[in-house]
Amino acid sequence: MSKPVVATASLAGCFGCHMSFLDIDERILTLIDLVEFNKSPIDDIKTFTKPVDIGIIEGGCCNSENVEVLREFRKHCQVLISLGECAIMGGLPAMRNAIPVRECLEEAYFHSPTIDPSEPKIMPGDEDLPIILDKVLPLHEIVKIDAFLPGCPPSADLIWKALTSLLEGKPLDLSYNLVKFD
Amino acid sequence: MSKPKARISFTVDGKKCSAAPGQTILQAAKDNGIYIPALCRWEGFKPAGACRVCTVRVGGRYMAACTQPVTDGMAVENDVPDLQDMRKALIEMLFVEGNHMCPTCEKSGNCELQALAYRFLMLVPRFPFQFPARRVEPAGKKILLEHNRCIKCLRCVRGVRTRDNKAVFGTLRRSRDKKISVDQVLASALTDKQARQAMDRCPVGSILKKEVGFAVPIGRRKYDKEPIGSDVEKARG
Amino acid sequence: MPAEGSLASILARHRRDRTRLIDILREVQAKNGHISPEAAAEIAAGLGLSTVEVEGAATFYHFFSARPAGTYAVYLNDNIVSVMKGRAAVASAFEKAAGCRFGETTPDGRIGLYRTSCIGMNDQEPAALINGVVFTKLTPAKVKLIVEGMNAGMNVRAMIAATGDGANAAKLVRAMVKNNIRKEGPVILASFRSGAAVKKAVKITPEGVIAEVKKANLLGRGGAGFPTGLKWEFCRREKGENHYVVCNADEGEPGTFKDRVILTERPHLLFEGMTVAGYAVGARKGLLYLRGEYAYLAPYLESLLAGLRKKNLLGKRIAGKAGFSFDIEIKLGAGAYVCGEESALLQSAQGERGEPRDRPPFPVQSGFLFQPTTVNNVETLCAAARIIEKGADWFKAMGTPRSAGTKVLSVSGDCKKPGVYEVPFGLTVRRLLEMAGGPDAQAVQIGGPSGACISRGQLERAIAFEDLATGGSIIVIGPGRDLFEVIRNFMEFFVEESCGWCVPCRAGNPLLLRKLEKIMSGKGTPADIIEIESWGRIIKAMSRCGLGQTSPNPILTTIQNFREMYESKVERGRDFLPEFDLAEAVKEASAVTGQVFAASDTEQSHE
Repeated sequence: MSKPVVATASLAGCFGCHMSFLDIDERILTLIDLVEFNKSPIDDIKTFTKPVDIGIIEGGCCNSENVEVLREFRKHCQVLISLGECAIMGGLPAMRNAIPVRECLEEAYFHSPTIDPSEPKIMPGDEDLPIILDKVLPLHEIVKIDAFLPGCPPSADLIWKALTSLLEGKPLDLSYNLVKFD
Repeated sequence: MSKPKARISFTVDGKKCSAAPGQTILQAAKDNGIYIPALCRWEGFKPAGACRVCTVRVGGRYMAACTQPVTDGMAVENDVPDLQDMRKALIEMLFVEGNHMCPTCEKSGNCELQALAYRFLMLVPRFPFQFPARRVEPAGKKILLEHNRCIKCLRCVRGVRTRDNKAVFGTLRRSRDKKISVDQVLASALTDKQARQAMDRCPVGSILKKEVGFAVPIGRRKYDKEPIGSDVEKARG
Repeated sequence: MPAEGSLASILARHRRDRTRLIDILREVQAKNGHISPEAAAEIAAGLGLSTVEVEGAATFYHFFSARPAGTYAVYLNDNIVSVMKGRAAVASAFEKAAGCRFGETTPDGRIGLYRTSCIGMNDQEPAALINGVVFTKLTPAKVKLIVEGMNAGMNVRAMIAATGDGANAAKLVRAMVKNNIRKEGPVILASFRSGAAVKKAVKITPEGVIAEVKKANLLGRGGAGFPTGLKWEFCRREKGENHYVVCNADEGEPGTFKDRVILTERPHLLFEGMTVAGYAVGARKGLLYLRGEYAYLAPYLESLLAGLRKKNLLGKRIAGKAGFSFDIEIKLGAGAYVCGEESALLQSAQGERGEPRDRPPFPVQSGFLFQPTTVNNVETLCAAARIIEKGADWFKAMGTPRSAGTKVLSVSGDCKKPGVYEVPFGLTVRRLLEMAGGPDAQAVQIGGPSGACISRGQLERAIAFEDLATGGSIIVIGPGRDLFEVIRNFMEFFVEESCGWCVPCRAGNPLLLRKLEKIMSGKGTPADIIEIESWGRIIKAMSRCGLGQTSPNPILTTIQNFREMYESKVERGRDFLPEFDLAEAVKEASAVTGQVFAASDTEQSHE
């Protein structure tokens, strides 16, 4: 029998949730026995090569590419999980949501302290670059999300418990200590 | 007029309780070791009935436990699934109404809004995020107001007054535009102790004392290990 | 002595009384066109308050502004009937002629344009208030003339082409408002001779008056239907330094305007009702809390009160009764729907933000200035006076066994004869529609947005406390109207008018509106209908006052009565559709960076 397939991605996140994933320490050996990884930074597979049972995404959506990757995941994954504060509520990147996009971009490319005033001001507009969204959004406001694991980052224990419950087909029974937003 | 009884009896979810006449449902429940979640309440301040998280049901009617006096024979519903879900919905409304970025907040771990979300095991609000445009406002030398996190519990409005009984904090506007404001002149005159009190009484990270922060690390804060309300429930023994 | 008209003189005239803050703010706003931070600080100093408290009250009410509102401040009603009658064209005519947008003033500060909630003119929409003067039945052509007049510096009153009927033409009113009385019933709108009730009342004991009102089974006409006699009895029994009678003339429910007609045409009946109530509960003072929108009636009503004092129907030893003193003061609101809620009204009347109080204690125990107070609706007090004049048996012979007497209805919307109808309780909606000339309505909004929206299948239902209880607002929604637009208008109203005190109402109503708009935009699924219903029930159950407890009704009653309309709007067979639209979301950035967005293949098939 083939093993369940897992895929992961980091969108508008800091990879901290992936780091926390790796913090399951030696349990990762057990995990490798239990599942097979497909598209994920963990094994560096860049594209989906088969249908996926569990997709795990950290980070919210801040640009058009994030949205496309997210939709790709939704298409390929049986179960899709929002991992961490940014995926669930936008997180730090969403702190720009009250600021008009123009102001954000001009601050970054025209007025930031690291801009050399003697250089011409250039707003990057290459067509290969993703386009910034008007607001950074949590994943579930764009596609249907099946489970949410909060935290910044979510603790390794929470990630482990969620994954093993899912693999065993048991409902996720959360205790107080596992649900934290910081 | 008959003399009021020395003690009155009532029930919470069927459990027999007793109270002094005139006590609110919330206070009486607490004295009987029963925690009714609440957010805007602060011992010693006039109850405001603003957050509605303490809503209980009596004979099919909903009422705020912090303002409703308990009466003899009252049968209070508190820890029942549908009511708990409605309370959780209020917490979720507050999370989407403001910008509550817990990972960036000095109050995280000591925040009562967050603590209630933990207690209700809120994983994600059911409502869409509003991402309102709000400001951070300096208020005198000692404190600042982080409006992104304000939940309008009115504790500061009710509880922080000058010696000649002038309100230091007030509310401006109405509806979703309602905003807590501070009297800049009076805020400048706050003592260190008053500033500390203002910050401590704010249930979220909206009133912050300047020049201090993260004195206690994340992970060792008030609600990191034990749910809010544990003190009340432990007292029951 | 402070200069006449100066802030110091205003404060002095109000005896630096903190409970008169709203009166003071009204005068400052009228005089200066705004309440500046400096004025707020001066008022605060004068009243012994912090500036933030004064600003708190000043920013609560719609007709106060911190920045200059314009030499001419135009407040255009935005309720749904105004929309039905051509508000959009009128609004753009104002913007075009004035040269500024709504929410702004012209660069020279001459004209300010603002939206406002229902101003009680639904039978003559679109209507606006300009510096407190009412303009009705506006058209783009009339707007052009009005703006020309403003630009020429004309007096606002001079722009009124013709005054309305009845007392609207009186010297102290001179309003273009029409009464549109379509049916005069025997209780409220029949003619009344001053003194007829008071002279009878003083011949019996206060307890006897209460007994008569109880016997008549008079229920509160505001909509809640609390027995008036019982309220008076509770109030009378309470101990306090003073007892008060407060008349709630803050009819703000969109679509109601009948109190305006009563105040214009039968004010003596109302004053008599207040006096009778004062006698019954043992009050020496009555307050008429008049909504700010009706301030144009205040000078006229003041003159009538002066006349009553001369006739010894107010003042000391009223009608010769030893020991019975009573007088009436008019208190003006300043634009806040929630002040129609009795405890919010009391807060406003004593100079606070109009935020409801927690109950208990109830107003009969702790009302105006925290003294025992009976708060009654305009129509209720009129009916009480009539009961004393004509007797409980006469009154009870009308209506239904549970709902005695008559009800004055304000009918507006898609009907030929909008106006005021005094009808016996028990009248069916179908019969009312026939009378008003709107028999082909697709829906009827009973009791305003906070009431219920009923379908054609329910037209046999009756206006009565036991069936369709209503404060009297009836909005006829004709065939061809988009009912969703009506619901959205009502929800926008509640979002705007929430006082913001409690979480479910303040934070929840905007969420209901957003979800409604998601469904309206075609991005809804059956799950969204289930969710919006559940959210509505949460807001109703958890809210602190009647506003939040009824604000989900436009949605909940239409899901109940027009479910097929919702079902045809949502995508069947899907369990998720986002509000999110990628092409929309990248527009802002594209405009800055020049990037061109091309929808990829994931765009169409993202499920």
